[in-house]
Amino acid sequence: MTAALGLILAGCGREDLSVLRPQGPAAESSFALMKLSISIMIVVLLVVFSIAAYVWIRFRRKPDQNEIPKQVEGSFKLEVLWTVIPLILVVVLAVPTVKAVFAAGNDHSDDKDAIKVKVTGHQYWWEFEYTDYGVTTAQDLVIPAGKDIAFELSTKDVLHSFWVPSLSGKMDTNPDGTVNRFSFSAPNEGVYRGKCAELCGPSHGFMEFKVKSVSSTAFEEWLASMKAPDSVLPDDPALAETFKSQCLTCHATGSMQDLSQAPNLTGIGSRESVAGILLNDDTRVDGAPVEENLKTWLHDPQSVKPGNKMPDPKDLGLSDEEIDGIAEFLAGYTLD
Amino acid sequence: MTTAHAEAANGTLPHEPEKATLEGRNKVLAFWLFLGGEAVLFGTLFATFLALRNQTNEGPSANELFHLPLVAAATFLLLVSSLTSVFAIQAMHRGRVTMLRNWLLVTVLLGLCFLVLEIYEFSVYIRHEEFGMTTSAFSSAFYTLVGFHGAHVAFGILWISVLIGQLMHKGLTVVTAPKIYVSAMYWHFIDVVWVFIFTVVYLLGKVG
Amino acid sequence: MAEAAQSLHPSQPLKHGHSVKRHTGLMDWITTVDHKKIAILYLWAGGIFFGIGGLEAILIRIQLIKPMNTFLDAQTFNELITMHGTTMIFLGVMPVIFALMNAVIPLQIGARDVAFPFLNALGFWTFLFGGILLNLSWVMGGAPDAGWTSYTPLSSTGYSPTHGVDFYTIGLQIAGLGTLIGGINFLATIITMRAPGMSFMRMPMFAWTTFITSAIILFAFPAITVGLVLLTFDRILEANFFNVAGGGNPVLWQHIFWIFGHPEVYILILPAFGVISEVIPTFSRKRLFGYSSMVFATILIAFLGFMVWAHHMFTTGLGPVANALFSVSTMLIAVPTGIKIFNWLFTMWGGQVRFTTPNLFAAGFIPTFTMGGVTGVMLASAPADFQFHDTYFVVAHFHYVIVGGLVLGLFAGLHYWWPKMFGRMLSETLGKWTFWTFIIGFHLTFFVQHFLGLMGMQRRVFTYLPNQQFDLLNLVSTIGAMLMGVGMLIFLTNIFLTSRRPADAADDPWEDGRTLEWTIPSPPPEYNFKQTPLVRGLDAFWKEKMAGHKGMTPSEPVGSIHMPSATILPFLMSVGIFIAGLGFMFSRDEFSSSIMSFLFNNYIVTALGLLITFGSMLMRSLFDDPGWHIEPEELEGR
Repeated sequence: MTAALGLILAGCGREDLSVLRPQGPAAESSFALMKLSISIMIVVLLVVFSIAAYVWIRFRRKPDQNEIPKQVEGSFKLEVLWTVIPLILVVVLAVPTVKAVFAAGNDHSDDKDAIKVKVTGHQYWWEFEYTDYGVTTAQDLVIPAGKDIAFELSTKDVLHSFWVPSLSGKMDTNPDGTVNRFSFSAPNEGVYRGKCAELCGPSHGFMEFKVKSVSSTAFEEWLASMKAPDSVLPDDPALAETFKSQCLTCHATGSMQDLSQAPNLTGIGSRESVAGILLNDDTRVDGAPVEENLKTWLHDPQSVKPGNKMPDPKDLGLSDEEIDGIAEFLAGYTLD
Repeated sequence: MTTAHAEAANGTLPHEPEKATLEGRNKVLAFWLFLGGEAVLFGTLFATFLALRNQTNEGPSANELFHLPLVAAATFLLLVSSLTSVFAIQAMHRGRVTMLRNWLLVTVLLGLCFLVLEIYEFSVYIRHEEFGMTTSAFSSAFYTLVGFHGAHVAFGILWISVLIGQLMHKGLTVVTAPKIYVSAMYWHFIDVVWVFIFTVVYLLGKVG
Repeated sequence: MAEAAQSLHPSQPLKHGHSVKRHTGLMDWITTVDHKKIAILYLWAGGIFFGIGGLEAILIRIQLIKPMNTFLDAQTFNELITMHGTTMIFLGVMPVIFALMNAVIPLQIGARDVAFPFLNALGFWTFLFGGILLNLSWVMGGAPDAGWTSYTPLSSTGYSPTHGVDFYTIGLQIAGLGTLIGGINFLATIITMRAPGMSFMRMPMFAWTTFITSAIILFAFPAITVGLVLLTFDRILEANFFNVAGGGNPVLWQHIFWIFGHPEVYILILPAFGVISEVIPTFSRKRLFGYSSMVFATILIAFLGFMVWAHHMFTTGLGPVANALFSVSTMLIAVPTGIKIFNWLFTMWGGQVRFTTPNLFAAGFIPTFTMGGVTGVMLASAPADFQFHDTYFVVAHFHYVIVGGLVLGLFAGLHYWWPKMFGRMLSETLGKWTFWTFIIGFHLTFFVQHFLGLMGMQRRVFTYLPNQQFDLLNLVSTIGAMLMGVGMLIFLTNIFLTSRRPADAADDPWEDGRTLEWTIPSPPPEYNFKQTPLVRGLDAFWKEKMAGHKGMTPSEPVGSIHMPSATILPFLMSVGIFIAGLGFMFSRDEFSSSIMSFLFNNYIVTALGLLITFGSMLMRSLFDDPGWHIEPEELEGR
């Protein structure tokens, strides 16, 4: 029954997003418990529904029925029965639950082979710092397929919750002092959708991110290219000056010292999305080409992501041409 | 019951006048229930205080701040006032109205002295130690917990004062007796809370 | 007989008998201390707030009808979800629960009123003014926007700078005070006011659940009182309880909130259990199956309800030990709940089930609530909850419990006791239409939300991207919500049409009434029972009927009945708290007028409000209420 249920549920939702189509061991562990509990609960529901349907039909009062039904006080046997059976069902569910809780408690923070990532939530974007490599990025979490990733979660402002449904359950990002650790891995290469699951302000629903699971060689290359480049600037000197004075005061690129007020822009042209919510898709199925997305974003950040902290470039004195120029430059700022 | 009424009319009261009427009994019962809720209220405040008591945010810590002699004096005053309120209820049960009034007066006076000490203590912290509500999580928790208790004492003083007035004006009846009785329950409760505050806030603060 | 009445209030000399001033019209409602009128006040006020909360829900669903919808902006959406949750729980369903308790409990236990009629009125008015204060936020600078849970730091002034959250903390504080007063009152009433012969184990099940619910209120509400005080101090006095920079701890708020919040769930659902336990036996013509185990299960649920709060916080990061413990304790609640469900089913077994509107709602309740219960057990499993938490799966779960459980229960109760409250039977035809539209709409709305959550849709999002396979299910959900709205409109039509018909309901309009409320006229006279009845067993009235009696055996001769006087003081006290709350909330604001600034910034408005409240309290203490009497001659005419 559990297997059949798994098949039915697997039809639900996108592979890169749905809890019901787990793509890693952590999500599979949760899903196994879900299947077990759903199976038990369906049995319970069937029993309750059947008895209910039976009594409604069988004991419906007939028009000529006037004798008084027997006033039954109760039945010790029956009452014991429906106390003990649920108790057994609870134990059946509780034992694997407790096991899984302690298994999920292994956060791999002491595991030398695990990739350590410090996740920081900001209204409304995600910062990923690879502490062993001195690399910081935003919005796209790049990980080597099959490796355990040891996360350290915290927030710079309000509470967020870090959630990649197809890879693992969620964990809150708390302020310093109550930092959370947990771990998951993605055996298969691919791009997975992540979301913020804790109400964090107007754009809570738009605080999305992507997890890119790549081969270990690709991961090494990515790390190298993230570390290597000098600060890249637009070719046009005037535009470069504008970019430096207006953008790089909050955003960091390349080997610049870290500014964590705003997302790091290194290789932004290679990312899966702009601002986490404008999906980059040259085929235009899920979104638009990166340059177009960057223009949409830079021309009116508030309408894309209400309540976000980025100042409107126009308020900073940038002309439409300058904004377009920066968008073109950023679209071409790729890692390869 | 009718006898209770008759006695009330001609000046003699049953041994426990606070429980002579259904209204009186209801009042005492409901007040016990209310104190149950109050216990949860202070319990939550204590839990908050315990969670935050070391979060001094570079402000003064409990150990630097508290002067036990002053607090011990306050504790002594409040404990004695609890005793005097027991004497008051004993006097009430014996039907001795003047004695009842006097013990209530002593209780109120002791409560006032306690309150003066507490206000003095707070003013020293605020003026000389730069320890205010906004200093740290510890200070917020301290002022809220101890302040809640202080507000309870202040309310109790006003309440018992009003009851003394009523006692003088209306005499000891099956209407005034339950009021005096529940105010004494309230006063004991405040006293018990203070014992916990003394232990958890002050002693633990000095030791821990 | 004079003694009998006097024995209730021996301190009141009879000569004061008719000094009462009877109020009429609006003044009657503002000054009433009669539990039956207070019940109607609760019903009206709760009904209006329920309507507001319902409109908010409809707006939310319209916004979510399609991806990237721009019907509402993000900020408004967050205000709507916050106010929908807060309004529905604190101002919508709880007052309707209190309406039923007030209307029924004194009648069911054979009492002439509650233990504290004055406090009863006070409880209502504080609730009402708290609710009004909270809803004033819409027109006074913005509603609260941090969710009904108001997690810090989002609810701190740094991230929620309007007064919205202040309206939340102070409004709930005042409304919560009313609830606490009501809880204490019902505890005392049930302990001391039961008619002769009605032992605890002869009490109707609704009286039992009211009793236990009141006990939970007593021990749970003070926690949120403190939580709200701390948040208020953080926001207005710049305290540091939840402010990390000052050493505070945001997770502390979550603990305090849920230590209250989870018992609150049982405060809501237990009265519904009580209603169902009255309706099913009546319309099965059979006594409640396993009465003692029902009582036991109720107590056990209340007890366990206090030790499961952290299951709302599995993803907060409490560590495996806490998560495991709270998982198991949560699952255990399934056992007493299961006992109840099977007892209801076996009450019908062998009975003669009649599907009147109340019983239709009760019948709908059983499977619907069971579905909410089983998803609750699924959520209890912490590793699975890592996935469920804060998704639409949770939204579906708690709506199954609160709407599919509590609201269906309330509908059952309202249809069942409507003739007793108002003397008029609601239309059965319209009642059945209400039932079918509401329950079909309900399942359409919320069943699909389980799948939305599992497919990756988190809750509290103001819109969502297309191509995530969310679109169709959201559309279905919105259509369902509209249908629920239609059901509500039919119910309102039913009430309106019924109110225009003559009040001709019989004493026992369902003909199979089992408990004391059905032995007296509909609606009951202000003194309820001409003579206090003598109770000989569980289902006291049924027992007499089976013995061939037409009514109850009285436990006292006909005599003068003492009644408490109407008073405006509860109303004034609540107005005072309301003014004090508003004054405190704006005490740090700068006003354009210097007089206003002076009045608010020096706490003069707050002091004035408190003066009104404490002044009224003093009046109440100084001037004893002699009450008034209804004499036997007057009773004979009725």
